[in-house]
Amino acid sequence: MGNKKTTAFSGAVLAAVMLTLPACGGGGGGATGEVAAPPSDPKEVSGEIKVLTQRTDLVQSGALQEYAAEFNKVYPNVKVTFDGITDYEGEVKIRMNTSNYGDVLLIPGAVAKNDYPKFFAPLGTAEELSKYRFSDKAEVDGKVYGVAQFGTANGFVYNKKLWRRAGVTEWPKTPDAFLAGLKAIEEKTGATPYYTNFKDGWPLVQWTNNLGVVGCDAQAGNALAGPVSPWKAGGELNTTDGLLYDIVKQGLSEKDPTTTNWETSKALLGEGEIATMMLGSWSITQMRDAAKKAGGEASDIGFMPFPVQKDGKHCAALVSDYQQAVSIHSHNKPAARAWVDWFTEKSGFAEKEGVVSAVKSAPMPATLQDFVDNDVTFFDRSEAKTAAVNDIDEAAEIGLNKQDYRQKLIDTARGAAKGSLQDFFADLDKRWDEAAKTAGS
Amino acid sequence: MTQTTDTAPEGATMTGRSGTDATDEGSGGRRAAGRRHGPAAGRTRSWRDSPLRRITPWLFLAAPLALLITFTCVPVASMISYSFTDWDGVSPDRENVGFDNYVRIFTRPELFRVFFVSGYYLAASVVQIVVALYFAVILSFNLRFRNFFKGILFFPYLINGVAIGFVFLYFFQDGGTLDSVLSLLGVSTDHAWLGDPTSANVSLAGVSVWRFTGLNFVLFLGAIQSVPGELYEAAELDGAGKWKQFRHIIAPSIKPVISLSAILAISGSLSVFEIPYIMTGGATGTQTFVIQTIKLAFQFNKTGLASAAAVVLLLIILLITWIQRRLVPDDKVDLV
Repeated sequence: MGNKKTTAFSGAVLAAVMLTLPACGGGGGGATGEVAAPPSDPKEVSGEIKVLTQRTDLVQSGALQEYAAEFNKVYPNVKVTFDGITDYEGEVKIRMNTSNYGDVLLIPGAVAKNDYPKFFAPLGTAEELSKYRFSDKAEVDGKVYGVAQFGTANGFVYNKKLWRRAGVTEWPKTPDAFLAGLKAIEEKTGATPYYTNFKDGWPLVQWTNNLGVVGCDAQAGNALAGPVSPWKAGGELNTTDGLLYDIVKQGLSEKDPTTTNWETSKALLGEGEIATMMLGSWSITQMRDAAKKAGGEASDIGFMPFPVQKDGKHCAALVSDYQQAVSIHSHNKPAARAWVDWFTEKSGFAEKEGVVSAVKSAPMPATLQDFVDNDVTFFDRSEAKTAAVNDIDEAAEIGLNKQDYRQKLIDTARGAAKGSLQDFFADLDKRWDEAAKTAGS
Repeated sequence: MTQTTDTAPEGATMTGRSGTDATDEGSGGRRAAGRRHGPAAGRTRSWRDSPLRRITPWLFLAAPLALLITFTCVPVASMISYSFTDWDGVSPDRENVGFDNYVRIFTRPELFRVFFVSGYYLAASVVQIVVALYFAVILSFNLRFRNFFKGILFFPYLINGVAIGFVFLYFFQDGGTLDSVLSLLGVSTDHAWLGDPTSANVSLAGVSVWRFTGLNFVLFLGAIQSVPGELYEAAELDGAGKWKQFRHIIAPSIKPVISLSAILAISGSLSVFEIPYIMTGGATGTQTFVIQTIKLAFQFNKTGLASAAAVVLLLIILLITWIQRRLVPDDKVDLV
C-alpha cells in the first residue's frame, strides 16, 4: 500500500516536472509585428509604463524621477516608473524568458540580433529612424528595434598637470610617442603613468571601442565578420592591444594589477597619483567630480584621442551605449515609444552626462570641446554586421567585449603567463578564423 | 557493548509503541512484532485505514518537498534538458542537438586543464582537515577559555563568502593587511600575492582553509564529544597518555566523520567557486571548472554547452565519491 502511494506521488512529481519544463522556455510567444509608433497627440496617450535601467544611482538619487516629471508636462496621462537593476545584463537576460520585462528596456548584449523581432516591437523603418546615430545596430530586415540612449567617444582620460610636468604638452601622435610620454611621467613625477583596472576588468573592454581608430575606418567593426585574422600585423586590434601590451611590458602600469579598484582609481586620477586611463568620454564628468572631491580642479582632467593619426589628423570612434527598445509584450506601446523618443531627444540627458547625443544633428557635448577644437575626426562606427561578429566571437570564446582575453594579455606582458605576444595574437587569430568558418555557415 | 546498547532502547520503544500505534508503518518486521501486543489494534483499525492517516506523513513532508522540487529537482531537470540543446540562454527557440555538447566537451582537453587548479585546493583541504582535527582534539580536553576558542575557530564559516572575498582582497593588496603585518614582524616584501598563478592559487586556497576549517572543526568536535567519558577515564587508569588516547580512542571513533570530510574536501575542491570568482574572477591562472562553466553560459551564451559541463562535473564527483567509498568502506565503529 505504502509503495503504491509512493509511485503515485512520484508520478505526480514527474508530471509536474514535465509540465514545468516546456513552460520554462516558452516566454517569447505572442509576437506580433505591430509597430510601436510615436503618438500623434501627446494628450491622448495614457497608461503606465515601466522603464528598466542599469543606472541604479540615478534611480536612488531621484534624477530619473525628475526626468519623468518633465516628461509628464508633455504627456500628462502617462505614468512612468523605473526599475533599477544592479546586475542588468544577468538579470534582464533571465527575465526575458518571461513576458514581464518592462515596457521600455535596454537591449542586453546577450540577445542575438536575429531574435530582436521576437522580443521587441519595431520602432519604424531604417529610413524613418535615420535621424538617430547607430540605428543600424538594431536593424533587422529593414526595421529598427532600438534607439541608442547616447554615444560615447573613446580615448584616454588623463591628468593634465602630470602630463605637463612630464613635459608633454601636445597629444602624442604615435604609440611610441605615447609610451615615451608615459615613461617621462614615471621618471619626472613618480605617479603611476597608466592604470589598467585589471581587477574590475570592464575598463579593459573599453579598448575594444577603439576599433577603427587606426585607419579612421567606420567599417572596421563590420570588417571582422569573417576569417580575417583580426590580430594580424597592422590590423586595428594588433595596434591597440599591442599598445596595451607595451605599456604593461615596459612597467608603465600599476605595480599590482590584480588588486586594482575602480572607485579608488577615480580619486587617484584627480589627486595626480594616476596619469592616464583608457575610457569612454562618458567617464569625463565622473572623473571631474572625483577630482573636485579629491581637492583638485575639474580642468585638471583632460581627454586625448588614441595616439595614431591618419592624414595628419586624430580620429575618435563614436560607439553606441545601450539601446532602448519597447517590449513586444507592452500593453502601452505608444506611451513607451513616447518615452523613448522624448528621453533621447528632449530630456537633455546626454548634455547633462557629457556624452554624445544619439540625435545626429545635436552638437558635440562640452566634454569633447578639446576634440572639436583640435579637429579630431569623429566617425560613427557602423554596426551593420555586429550580429555576425558576435556569433564568431562567442563561438571562438574570445570575448571582444569581455575582459578575459585582455587580462591574459596583461598577464603575458608582465610575465605571469607564459608565451610571447606573437604567439598570443596568433592563437587569437587561429581561434577567430576557425570559428568564423563554422559560425558563418 | 554494541549488543546491549542496541537492544535496550529497542525494548523501550516497543513497550511505548502499543499505545502510540498510529505513528508506525512501513519499517518492516520489528514493528510488526510490536503490533502483536495490541488490544489497541482493534480500536485503531478504522483510523489506520482512514485516508487522512495515510496522507498525514505527506502533509508533514509537503513543505520541504515543495521546496526541494522547486529549487533543486526542477532546475536540475531543466539543466539536464538544456544540455541536449544549443540554447543560448535567451532565445525563445532552441534546437535539440543530442549528445553534441557532451562530444564537444570531451573533445576539448583544454576544458579539463582547469582541474589542475583544484590540486591547490585539494592540498589545502588536507591542511584544513589536519588543523581542524588538531584543534578539535585539543579543545575536547578541559582547557581554559575553551568555548571562546571554539567560537573563534567556527566564526569564519558563518561569514558570507562574498564578504570574505572582499576582505581578503584588501588583505592581499599591495601594502594591505598582510604586508603591514609582515612589516611589523620585520619582513618587508614587495610580493604581489595575487600576481602570478602559483602565488595567487596558494593565497586563494589559504583563504579557503581559513573559511572552512571551522566547519570541519565542528564536525570533528561533535564526533569526539560523543565518545563516552568513561573510556578516557578507563584509558587513563590503564596509563594511556593523551597521544595514546587519540590514537586508540578518538581516531577510530571519528573515522566516519573523517571519511565524510574527505569526500566533502574532494568534491569541494573540484567545484571551488565563490572565493576565486570574487577575488580574481578567474584571471591569472586561477580559473576553476565552475568559473569556466559560468563563463561559457553567461559570457559566451553557450547555455547548452555549459549545462553539459555542469552535468559532467556532477558525474565526475559522483564517480570519485563512489570510488572513494569502495576503497574506504564505511565500517561500523566498534570501540570495545
